[in-house]
Amino acid sequence: MKVRLLDLAHARSGDKGDTANVGVIALKPEWYPFIAEQLTLDRVRQHFKGLITGDVERYELPNLNALNFLLHGALDGGGTLSLKTDAQGKVFSTALLRMVLDVPDDRAATLGFPSADE
Amino acid sequence: MTRTPDKIVRVAGGQGFWGDWLDAPRRQVEGGPVDYLMLDYLAEVTMSILQKQKERDPNMGYARDFIGAMESVLPAVTERGVKVIANAGGVNPVACAHAVLAVARSHCAEGTLKIGVVTGDDLLPRLDELLAQGHALTHMETGEPLSTVRDRVLSANAYIGSAPIVEALARGANVVVTGRSTDTALTMAPLRYEFGWGADEWDKLAAGIIAGHIIECGAQCSGGNCLYDWRNIPDLANIGYPIVEARADGTFTIVKHPNTGGRINVPSVSEQCVYEMGDPNSYITPDVVADFTTIHLAGDGENRVRVFGIKGRPATDKLKVSIAYRAGFKAVGTLVYAWPDALEKAQLADRVLRERLDNMGLTFDALLTEFVGVSATHGPLSNAPTDPPEVQLRVGVRSPDRKTVERFTREIAPLVLNGPPSVTGFAGGRPKVEEIVAYWPALVDKRVVQTNVEVLA
Repeated sequence: MKVRLLDLAHARSGDKGDTANVGVIALKPEWYPFIAEQLTLDRVRQHFKGLITGDVERYELPNLNALNFLLHGALDGGGTLSLKTDAQGKVFSTALLRMVLDVPDDRAATLGFPSADE
Repeated sequence: MTRTPDKIVRVAGGQGFWGDWLDAPRRQVEGGPVDYLMLDYLAEVTMSILQKQKERDPNMGYARDFIGAMESVLPAVTERGVKVIANAGGVNPVACAHAVLAVARSHCAEGTLKIGVVTGDDLLPRLDELLAQGHALTHMETGEPLSTVRDRVLSANAYIGSAPIVEALARGANVVVTGRSTDTALTMAPLRYEFGWGADEWDKLAAGIIAGHIIECGAQCSGGNCLYDWRNIPDLANIGYPIVEARADGTFTIVKHPNTGGRINVPSVSEQCVYEMGDPNSYITPDVVADFTTIHLAGDGENRVRVFGIKGRPATDKLKVSIAYRAGFKAVGTLVYAWPDALEKAQLADRVLRERLDNMGLTFDALLTEFVGVSATHGPLSNAPTDPPEVQLRVGVRSPDRKTVERFTREIAPLVLNGPPSVTGFAGGRPKVEEIVAYWPALVDKRVVQTNVEVLA
């Protein structure tokens, strides 16, 4: 079945120059391994394709049930140079949470995931 | 100063940036017991704004909100011994301290306020000397040497650490005003002073830095801008700003005053932990390299989160330098198009505008169109609404040439009469041309930066 990342995690984003960071945190600790497994570097690169000009870096914080992504070239130059509404990358967080994940029905049931169709 | 094992030091966060809630500092000192009030005023580009103000008036160049904040907390400082630590000094900490003293004189007896002033972060007067000595101050992201923008530099400040603040407290200051100290040092310094932490007690220093990181954005850790369960966060109108209850062993608890709104729980603190984070293994500060992968959070009753397990490593031999330089001009114009076919009308207006700019031969370093209500924030990831009641066309331009940007600003309003129909929302008039002051982060050898502490009364 399909699961929305929005239903599995919360997130906050911010900026450093022309880089936006997105910290994504599992809503339940037992969901963190699944999220860490699904949100690979390639998956997140694909997700933000066309929205950023640079590469993506990925870091794990299992202590906070969190992942941190650095999205380079995300802010049209960043800070005061940027012409974007979101010049400081404040809402890249929810942009990541738009991701929809495929998960086998039995695993979703075991982990108690809410379905995207509900 | 003492190592009583059960001693608790309370540091309250009262401002997360210059422009934060004016009433927060007073609420923090009046809502319950606190030992220190920490006020963070400086964002990346704030220093350059202050530098421009100082050029116009040599007595300016600091965060003026701080003077009002001090006035509102003076009784707590003079009568109850609350100490204030703020980086409100900007590019003119001495003038800032004198302005505070002037306000204090009309409210309390002479000598009750002792203001420690930290200077030495300002590298602007020494910039050519440093470049001549071979400090290239290359841009940390692009690798370009500073010489490419040297003639346009407005300000240059080293991010300084906790040591001069600790010194000011040790010399009896009850208010400490700094320039570009790190946001986190403002919280870590009083803990280091109170608990007598050594300069090589890396785990404790890292804990102090992370405590600072958690409260440096004010209410952003206590329910503000919190995505987790946001609908049910109570009483945001009366939100409580965060307080660190710290212990000598480097563990601490994030709390807020009773009878305040907002919410402190593991999710709210977790969101702030990851805010503006780079490599979580190495959060580099002048005092210590903190490891965010060692932070442990645990709920400790209502609106209390215990933080423990934090590890740190020795600091590097560099300091980060915040340099601001003039980088041309920009302007953003907006118009609102209404139903029916709001998006199509806005798209046509954008094409017409671009054709006219082309016909005039105007070229820009950047020309960006966004359709607010459709795709401005999430771009191609959003599901475009099928029949929106209105769409805002938002067009921005950037150029090294002010006249080119000015000419652009004259092309927005005419579209109201000579472009697509059902247009409104232009009451703001012609877009404003803004000079861009851009941020240039660099590193410099620690040994070239000498801080200085003066105590004024």
